[in-house]
Amino acid sequence: MAILIIAEVDKQGLGPECAKVVGAASALGQELHLLVAGQGVGSAAEQGAKLAGVTKVLVADSDCYEHQLAEPLADLVVEIADEYSHILAAASAKGKDLLPRVAALLDVAQHSDVIAIVSADTFVRPIYAGNALATVQSLDDKKLLTIRTSAFDAVADQAPAEIHVLGNTQANDLSRFIGEELVVSERPELGAARVVISGGRGLGSGENFALIEKLADKLGAAIGASRAAVDAGFVANDLQVGQTGKIVAPELYIAVGISGAIQHLAGMKESKVIVAINKDPDAPIFQIADYGLEADLFEAIPKLTELL
Amino acid sequence: MKILVPIKRVVDPYVKVRVKADETDVELANLKMAINPFCEIAVEEAVRLKEKGHAEEIIVVSIGPKAAQEQLRTAMALGADRGILVEHDEALEPLSIAKVLKAVIDKEQPSLVLFGKQSIDGDNNQTAQMTAALAGMGQATFASCVELEGDQVKVAREIDGGIQTLSIKLPAVVSADLRLNEPRYASLPNIMKAKRKPLETVTVADFELQLKPHQKVIKVAAPAERSGGIMVGSVEELVDKLKNEAKVV
Repeated sequence: MAILIIAEVDKQGLGPECAKVVGAASALGQELHLLVAGQGVGSAAEQGAKLAGVTKVLVADSDCYEHQLAEPLADLVVEIADEYSHILAAASAKGKDLLPRVAALLDVAQHSDVIAIVSADTFVRPIYAGNALATVQSLDDKKLLTIRTSAFDAVADQAPAEIHVLGNTQANDLSRFIGEELVVSERPELGAARVVISGGRGLGSGENFALIEKLADKLGAAIGASRAAVDAGFVANDLQVGQTGKIVAPELYIAVGISGAIQHLAGMKESKVIVAINKDPDAPIFQIADYGLEADLFEAIPKLTELL
Repeated sequence: MKILVPIKRVVDPYVKVRVKADETDVELANLKMAINPFCEIAVEEAVRLKEKGHAEEIIVVSIGPKAAQEQLRTAMALGADRGILVEHDEALEPLSIAKVLKAVIDKEQPSLVLFGKQSIDGDNNQTAQMTAALAGMGQATFASCVELEGDQVKVAREIDGGIQTLSIKLPAVVSADLRLNEPRYASLPNIMKAKRKPLETVTVADFELQLKPHQKVIKVAAPAERSGGIMVGSVEELVDKLKNEAKVV
């Protein structure tokens, strides 16, 4: 049986995480089909067809899928689920919203935030904010996984695969889209950035985040934040890194004025190199930092920006 | 209307758990337990909806050991009207919990089911979505604002790029994100009053459900430790290390 990957699409096309979910699915060694559902998703489908390993792209283009709401999309996935042994999606807000609904409708378990695929039925996932790793074996005939994309590599491009248009529509009146307020940013997307600089409560105010922004501009980095910084209103909540926010694993993570609570560490401790700048020598962040600097961030950050 | 709030007893979020030596599970004996923080936010939201005159009754339900009564009493001290404990000693998977909750929903007929978005032990983030599917309800997950408008609930949701607003037909399932509200503290008089509120105890067997395991935990291991880093003395030294040793800038 083949594997179904549910693609995320937005107005720009295919979501950047999709190539990593395909990368995770490649380990299973079966035919990979990509489901691209939405409205006006022609270019996303073409992008998806070029991902190495994808043998078929299924396109469901209808206004009922426009915002990829869980109710109609789950019904669509259930309708085509018969021929698939595995159904995968990114462990993003959309994937987390959708896949448990599909799992319940199919009466199978769903495995969240998978970080390693051991075999076709055995997966590794973090529990307790990443303080333990559970290896679980699925006893169901269908395996539904959301993939922690920071744990897998994106696949390269290939010659485009076949695109197959589905006629299915699954309109329902359970939910209705009202509006969206997206944060516009010139910086790289937090989940995909090579360098992430995060600020915490130590910044003291939203205005002081300008210091972080200057450093981020210099390094081409994405900006993140601790929950304390978000709760204090310094930055928007979609920048939060942690168990309850985004999980990142960049090459370089610079934590500025962040103590390093369990909740925050869960979102960044897989980063390759961690730098901590904090004036409290006892801050737990120093225990996991590769390079720690005990200093006042208001002096250290401008200097760092100048030297880089 | 009636609001049902499922809550979970979990290890206190500030406790750092350790994996058992035989790698079968994490060590939970003698650890401080608490209401899952996201569930507490769901309870708070239900209480606020009642205070605004949108709800008549708030029922909290927990599926777990007898000791989960403590968390139900805490929720009642925060303002829930009555509690249901579905006693079950072994941990259940999200799908099984959703099936039990579907049975409770069938009996209680709530207009709104308010969940926490995930439990901080299993980190699954599934039960609300699964319950919505089984109950045939619409879902609004990761809510940061909830408003009742006639036969609809308008919910602002935290999505990856910002905020999305949906309108869901009642009865509906909503799951709470951290920023939905700031839970209140229970006052001593309310804690005393909560002791007299009704708490019904049933067991999973009472629902005549066919629950089966869908997964087997093979092992629970500690994550790889990060090798200890170094402290640098100055910004210059930091830049030097990043450029020449780590080679990341």
